[in-house]
Amino acid sequence: MSVPSPGYAAPVPVLALGDVLLVTLQGDLHDDTAERLRQDLTRRIARHSGGRVTGVVIDISGVEVVDSYLGRVLAEIAASARLLAARTVLTGMRPAVAITLVELGLTLPGLLTALDVERALELLSGPDPAGARAPDAEGGG
Amino acid sequence: MQTSPGTAATILPIGSDADLAWARHQVRQAAAALGFGLVQQTKLITAASELARNTLVHGGGGHLEITPVAHGKARGLRLSFVDTGPGIRDLELAMTDGYTTGGGLGLGLSGARRLVHEFRVDTRPGGGTTVTVVMWLAGMPVPRPGTG
Repeated sequence: MSVPSPGYAAPVPVLALGDVLLVTLQGDLHDDTAERLRQDLTRRIARHSGGRVTGVVIDISGVEVVDSYLGRVLAEIAASARLLAARTVLTGMRPAVAITLVELGLTLPGLLTALDVERALELLSGPDPAGARAPDAEGGG
Repeated sequence: MQTSPGTAATILPIGSDADLAWARHQVRQAAAALGFGLVQQTKLITAASELARNTLVHGGGGHLEITPVAHGKARGLRLSFVDTGPGIRDLELAMTDGYTTGGGLGLGLSGARRLVHEFRVDTRPGGGTTVTVVMWLAGMPVPRPGTG
């Protein structure tokens, strides 16, 4: 196991792959780094220069611990992206992290998941079952 | 429960975001050194992250004490999160899933309790809070609460 950098305070790079934004998280994320990522991603979805962003893939295969803070930030990124007509797929969650999150009580409903980035891109290239609307906008009459 | 002979406690300050990351790192090192499996390590580090954040956000900062412990042949790791903040007025309420005063998800205390073998909160209004958790090495007999 690689020794995680105890001080991951640098901004997280966001890569544009066509109309999908790809983020790879590594090691131990500081709270403010996660918060900065949230703002950065939301801004980039809203005003993407090359056209509209339809999806966001967040790969956490290099993340050894997801606590309720990081879990909340990830869920909020997905919720904001949804309001901006983009879907978010979380990929590469480690089995130990999945077991821990369930016991912690954080099951991240509403967050799409895929085992790896390739499958996430496949998922995003398919039709959006919820359309371009936010789920909460349904049933309002 | 006894402190393992020949091992000293590690004391880490919890006063900032960076301290939380450092605390997670140190808990991982200690758990790995004792031979904890990956799932147990992940649970313990996650619990530590929740509790250290409570110490920082609700207690106004404090410290974490990491101590290897033994009970008969069982070996484990004890983590104590100590602050001198306002204390918890209604502990039962604070232990409820979803209860929050800090803008989080309210899973800190209740969630952390589910991730470890032993969990104790000492608090009184105005007198600070100490949360102590113990994780025993898997495969070892786990002492029942109250017999340690």
